[in-house]
Amino acid sequence: MSADTQEKVETTVATMTMAAALNRALADSLIEDPNVLIFGEDVGALGGVFRITDGLTERFGEKRCFDTPLAESGIIGTAIGMAMNGLRPVVEMQFDAFAYPAFEQVTSHVAKLGNRTKGAVRMPMVIRIPFGGGIGGVEHHCDSSEAYYTHTPGLTVVTPSSPQEAYSLLRAAIASPDPVVFMEPKKLYWSKGEVDTSIVADLSQAKVVREGTDLTLVSYGPSISIALEAAEREAAEGRSVQVVDVRTLTPFDDAIAMAAVKSTGRAVVVAEAPGFASVASEIQARISEQCFEYLEAPVRRVTGFDVPFPSPKLEHWYLPDADRIIDAIDTLHWEE
Amino acid sequence: MSDPNASLMPAETPVQLIDEHGALTTPSDGVSEVPPIDKMVTAYGALVLGRRINDQFNALVRQGRIAVYPSSHGQEACQIAAAQVLGENDWLFPTYRDSVALLSRGVPAMDALVSFRGDWHCGYDPKKYHVAPQATPLATQLLHAVGFAQAAQYRGEDTVVLALIGDGATSEGDFHEALNFAAVFKAPVVFLVQNNEFAISVPLSRQTAAPSLAHKAVGYGMPGQRVDGNDVAALLSVLGQAVDRARAGEGPTLVEAHTYRMQAHTNADDDTRYREREEVQAWIAKDPVSRVKAYLTAQNALSDEQDAQFTEKAEEVAASLREATSVEMDLDPQELFAHVYANRPQTLQAQWELLEDELARTEDEA
Repeated sequence: MSADTQEKVETTVATMTMAAALNRALADSLIEDPNVLIFGEDVGALGGVFRITDGLTERFGEKRCFDTPLAESGIIGTAIGMAMNGLRPVVEMQFDAFAYPAFEQVTSHVAKLGNRTKGAVRMPMVIRIPFGGGIGGVEHHCDSSEAYYTHTPGLTVVTPSSPQEAYSLLRAAIASPDPVVFMEPKKLYWSKGEVDTSIVADLSQAKVVREGTDLTLVSYGPSISIALEAAEREAAEGRSVQVVDVRTLTPFDDAIAMAAVKSTGRAVVVAEAPGFASVASEIQARISEQCFEYLEAPVRRVTGFDVPFPSPKLEHWYLPDADRIIDAIDTLHWEE
Repeated sequence: MSDPNASLMPAETPVQLIDEHGALTTPSDGVSEVPPIDKMVTAYGALVLGRRINDQFNALVRQGRIAVYPSSHGQEACQIAAAQVLGENDWLFPTYRDSVALLSRGVPAMDALVSFRGDWHCGYDPKKYHVAPQATPLATQLLHAVGFAQAAQYRGEDTVVLALIGDGATSEGDFHEALNFAAVFKAPVVFLVQNNEFAISVPLSRQTAAPSLAHKAVGYGMPGQRVDGNDVAALLSVLGQAVDRARAGEGPTLVEAHTYRMQAHTNADDDTRYREREEVQAWIAKDPVSRVKAYLTAQNALSDEQDAQFTEKAEEVAASLREATSVEMDLDPQELFAHVYANRPQTLQAQWELLEDELARTEDEA
């Protein structure tokens, strides 16, 4: 046994960036479980292009955190074999659109091996994908690709909205017996917040992140911050806005999200991805099916446009923001 | 000066130890040797069984008792050798055409039939037999084999993994990624390409312009070897050396076996549309089963009794396959929801209830 396995996970409460919280979650998982391995492109000496794996190779050794050849299908395909053979690989896709070469491995095997073998072979692995825009990235670096994965039964798709959620959800994802696509909102990597490492997340539960009585914003990941901003501005206008953070996009938690919408009778779904056949449209459909009798107004969506992600100088026209959310809220059949 | 890549290069012609008439030949690699006679007798018994299994599966398809069967008729030597060179703790990663290999590794006929009957996508527990599910997508299983071997390496175990693939799938990107990863990480993997000349209808000449598929190994920095895929002695020797190499920590090997798909791709295929009958006929003379019988007979190593026993054993297995298809498996439609996740999520509960209601109504009507 290597020396690092004698290390113990220490509980701390501290303010840190989302990037640091993710790094801490990876480190704590490496300490806790010798079967956890981290690999991908540039995750070793460099610490990842976003520095999420910073220092891990140095601290835990080349055996636990290492660089691979530059080939995404190879990374996920070998992770599958490792998961078959008792390990818990945590792999990094460098950017959202760079994960596409691995699509077949994810959809045909990661998602389906458990079902194919009637549970004899489970796929405990985490595929970390930095996703979304808002950082002035060039083409292929800003996609909101979550719907490709949520449409595939067998995958758990998770996205954090804060440093605390990043730590707690990633720990839960690594501990999950099922494969998790863990989508990290790259525009939030450098946002700061308090992180209590004793908080354990439940992957089956959404979370109400702001209480309110007049309407519910249902959102996730990179869009939670703009939903909260819209809620704050609406409060100044006298409207009490509730915000639900979906956290786990699939399997979807109807219980918390639908109870929230029923309690206010109005809902706007907010997400950065193009709206057509999206996670946002799925949530909208579920609200229509499950909350129809409670609704005072049609359910609205505020999403990215159905266009390829724009070049850096045009992205602010594409990305949903608080103004666009407030405009949508104003249409919700309010009594004069 | 010696070329540093020379040791990686395959022999100029495929390694052959026993020719189509059963006579010994000089191997082109200069090192391969015919296995001891008792091993050759065992291999012959397995070949007889493998051929019978292929024929039985085909008969069951014709009778409409199983939906589909991709036959390995003519490739039995590859199937048998792949199974026999592995130790008990080693793993096999087969494709859909490798049913004979997995039966040779001990997967029960009943379980191997499950996917071809259409009862479930995989009918055996991979961990029980050390055989991965038969891969339907092409070349994806090679990466699983590499990762599996890396995990063994990580724990310091001496497991060897043998991954099967056809000639067509060497054109897939995952073939490249798997060989590259295996070589870079020195993973204990043996890649066996069964070059049977056809990917459904497309001939090898449309897959590659390389001198041989085995030559591709050199580009990855691993040794490549070509072998007569209808000569079980040569296969056992060449694959055995590759397995030893992998177990000794010397890394992966690519082996190309030259063989021929004697039958159509599956029962749904019509091979008269893309190849001449004369070509198929010519390969009958190179049959992998008859040459071993001729060799063993010439060596006075196969008695009529022993031969009859092998045939009898093969008939028993064929009968068990027929029996397995005559019993309808009790399928539970609700099992659709049971294994998607480790624990059935709440989102599937409503769909489970919907199906439960439909099942109850179906029962009421019956």
